[in-house]
Amino acid sequence: MMSESTPNMQQHPTALQRFKESHFWHSFKADRVAQLSFIIFVTYAVLAMSASFIAPFDPYDASQIDIMNSEIPPSWQDEGEASFPLGTDAQGRDMLSTILYGTRVSLMIGLCAVALQALLGIVIGLTAGYLGGRVDSFLMRIADIQLSFSTLMVAIIVLAVFQATFGTELYQQLAMLMLILVIGIAEWPQYARTIRASVLAEKKKEYVDAARVMGFGRLRIMFRHILPNTLSPILVISTVQIANAIISEASLSFLGLGMPVSQPSLGSLISSGFEYIFSGAWWITVIPGVVLVVLVLVMNLLGDWMRDVLNPKLYKG
Amino acid sequence: MPLLEVNNLDVCFGLRSGAVKALRDVSFTLERGERLGVVGESGAGKSVLGFSIINLLSRPGHISSGSVHFEGKDLASLAPGELRSIRGNRISMIFQDPMMTLNPVLTIGVQMIECLLAHRRMSKADAKRVALKKLQQVQIPSPEKRLDQYPHELSGGMRQRIVIAIGLLLDPDLIIADEPTTALDVTIQAEIMDLMLNLCEQNNVALILITHDLGVVSQVTQRMLVMYAGRIIEQGPTKEVINDAQHPYTQGLMNALPQMAIPGQKLNQIKGSMPPLQDIPKGCSFNPRCEYVMDICHQALPPFTRSGNCQVACHMMAESAQDKLQLKEV
Amino acid sequence: MIAFFVKRFFQAVVVMFVISLISFSIQDNLGDPLRELVGQAVSEEERQALRDEMGLNDPFLVQYVRFAKKAVQGDLGDSYFFKKPAFEVIMNKLPATLELVFGATVIIILFSVPVGVYSAINPQSWFSKTVMGLSIIGISIPVFLTAIGLIYLFAIELNWLPSYGRGETSTVMGWETGLLTVDGLQHLILPSCTLASIMLPLFIRLIRSEMMEVLQSEYVKFAWAKGISPRRIYFVHALKNTMLPVITVGGVQIGTMVAYTILTETVFQWPGMGFLFLEAVNRVDTPLIVAYLIVVGAIFVVTNTLVDLIYGLVNPTVKLAGK
Repeated sequence: MMSESTPNMQQHPTALQRFKESHFWHSFKADRVAQLSFIIFVTYAVLAMSASFIAPFDPYDASQIDIMNSEIPPSWQDEGEASFPLGTDAQGRDMLSTILYGTRVSLMIGLCAVALQALLGIVIGLTAGYLGGRVDSFLMRIADIQLSFSTLMVAIIVLAVFQATFGTELYQQLAMLMLILVIGIAEWPQYARTIRASVLAEKKKEYVDAARVMGFGRLRIMFRHILPNTLSPILVISTVQIANAIISEASLSFLGLGMPVSQPSLGSLISSGFEYIFSGAWWITVIPGVVLVVLVLVMNLLGDWMRDVLNPKLYKG
Repeated sequence: MPLLEVNNLDVCFGLRSGAVKALRDVSFTLERGERLGVVGESGAGKSVLGFSIINLLSRPGHISSGSVHFEGKDLASLAPGELRSIRGNRISMIFQDPMMTLNPVLTIGVQMIECLLAHRRMSKADAKRVALKKLQQVQIPSPEKRLDQYPHELSGGMRQRIVIAIGLLLDPDLIIADEPTTALDVTIQAEIMDLMLNLCEQNNVALILITHDLGVVSQVTQRMLVMYAGRIIEQGPTKEVINDAQHPYTQGLMNALPQMAIPGQKLNQIKGSMPPLQDIPKGCSFNPRCEYVMDICHQALPPFTRSGNCQVACHMMAESAQDKLQLKEV
Repeated sequence: MIAFFVKRFFQAVVVMFVISLISFSIQDNLGDPLRELVGQAVSEEERQALRDEMGLNDPFLVQYVRFAKKAVQGDLGDSYFFKKPAFEVIMNKLPATLELVFGATVIIILFSVPVGVYSAINPQSWFSKTVMGLSIIGISIPVFLTAIGLIYLFAIELNWLPSYGRGETSTVMGWETGLLTVDGLQHLILPSCTLASIMLPLFIRLIRSEMMEVLQSEYVKFAWAKGISPRRIYFVHALKNTMLPVITVGGVQIGTMVAYTILTETVFQWPGMGFLFLEAVNRVDTPLIVAYLIVVGAIFVVTNTLVDLIYGLVNPTVKLAGK
């Protein structure tokens, strides 16, 4: 026991040190854009998580909404009111609070959908790559078919049919779950193909043979040995995929197939303001629009930067 | 005037971590019709030398100083247009891997004819005729058929013949061949080498043959350079260098040849490996591997010393030459 | 060549079969055709009798075969809302959508190729860096925001272009087109720019990275060593090889574009299939939804076949099977 714990004790500081000396950290320190993007992303995450504490109003609480307050412009404009710094929407909800809650919804759907994608993709990719043979070609054929249909198309159809079948009422209750499921299931092949390619490359290396000779089970080899080596492509894909998922969610919500207005995401906020934009109430659309674009942009910038730094061999579709 | 005169050529690769010198102070001359071998381990700068002659270094490589005079013109400082009229026309190049050299989506005919049209005012029909003639010269069976074929329809040996035919299209004065047979089957290697030798002899074309195969060098070339870590360390007539190598590195190369080994014993090897270009040791770059290393080898670059018809960059030679001089004087 | 078509035909049949199955199960589960036909004021026994007569109580498979037989003849039932054959309703809207996709494709090709090639040749120039920066911003803006922005700028502030609808159209050989009138073309500009804005950054980046890779290849280096002109190297030697992967990806992206027409058409109230589909969803107009799915499936199959054909023509190393 002692002999095992001592190296562990030593390993802890060296892991941090190793990170500090790594190429990853060095290029992060040298890249202003990456730093700024990271800071913005963290700010978003923190604000979204603490939305219920910092938002001046609770947009889900009907008792706090007064229809008389509708379409008040942001406070810096002439008719603005100080209690609604970013104005109010058509229902009289405080824009700031609604945006904070909306960001939380958008981020949540993005993260959960991508987590689902990654889970499915990693399991299928590892299985295909490790088992090979018929299982492999079958799974990859499915991935090909899935990829050839556009995600948005599939999502629109599935959600539209779902909404038509169960009615708008029930649909609105289940909207978030449905969005996560649809976006999550539609995009797993990206992960699966990359993971499979990495597994095939790793499989040839000696340590996998060595692990097998030492009598480790297949599953253990897969998860303990191959997975850590495929981390950097997963990281790169995930960043970009979260951005994509947020955009997909916004698009679906814009079409009325996503989050309901009573529990809006950034997309449904923009959509709800669309009718009013040309009658002068631009802030209902433009402010959440800017919030959405900045969020997606920093995710894409981070993804791009990581791709340059980690330089993983991504599967070219 | 020699056909080609390279003087104090330095080639740099500007990387983010700082510039790396791939060639240092390289000088040699080549006469019309002469065949020169360039030998060394991979990474010694042989290929860089080949590409820098026609100033075709890929980014971020560039000639940082020195000159490459070809028929009196300095290729290192020539305008791009003028340089282009020499490339493929007066100097042509043959690359290592014929599988990669030909464009996969263009027919052989297109790739040959475009070269002729770029340098000569002639009709397409005439260009086609010249292309056919060259294909016959490189002994390709049914050449007419080849013009309409794509590279992937031909074997590696066949493709290298076509690359050679492209090299000969405009009757150049100099061919630079960068390991022209390494990527081919052993059985075809000798054929291709013979073909190149014959063609060069018949047309009085000068050849720079870049290779690590000492056997080929001894059969084909008249003079040779040995390169190590971006420098020439020994040069002279091929026979003299091969039979009586002076530099410890060259000696090591010779001893490492399989035919030099005593049957039943291990092959001779030079200990260690060539240093990466980023951290070449001070003094003689061969010093960490040299059996005869002396103090001075760690401090100063060895100058070239004459030894017969050869030039050798080694402190041992320099010292013994000094001794001889002193003896004479005394 | 024949073998290629046979293989393709087979794939098409499989894809269409799957789509028809999905469509049918939607039809089977969505809404009650009986209620659409007779309303509420019919007794339960009469309903059952009608159900039997219409075959609604038959097993799934029997019903599906009946559906498929009709579908093959182009009969997908009548739209509940338009009271006309659903297939006909969709086909009337098809030209508008195809013209929108066509307009966007033209814009994408006109811009992505030169810009991608230029920034691959001069990756360090300020132009390339600006393009790369703009393209990542472009990727990050959802298509409906682009649409709103364009409408605001060009239709409302500057009043240069119309903001919705298709404008004046003329009919040529049964095809209702907006491409032949000035008004129709003006109406096409904003929607097709919007649709193009999603793909353009992706294509520019793809062409740039593929081209940069090709420019590093041995055969391009050999072409330089042959002394041929830079223009010929870039546009004959490199571009042709660059386009191979671009064609493959482009084919998939056309499918994606069909999905984005739904968004674009909604914002611009473009009278195409996508707009119609969304209305059908809101009205639970099942036959129309089914017809849309089948037409979109057919578009996927046709574009994929075309892309394979073009790829085979450009790339000599891929022979169309059995040629």
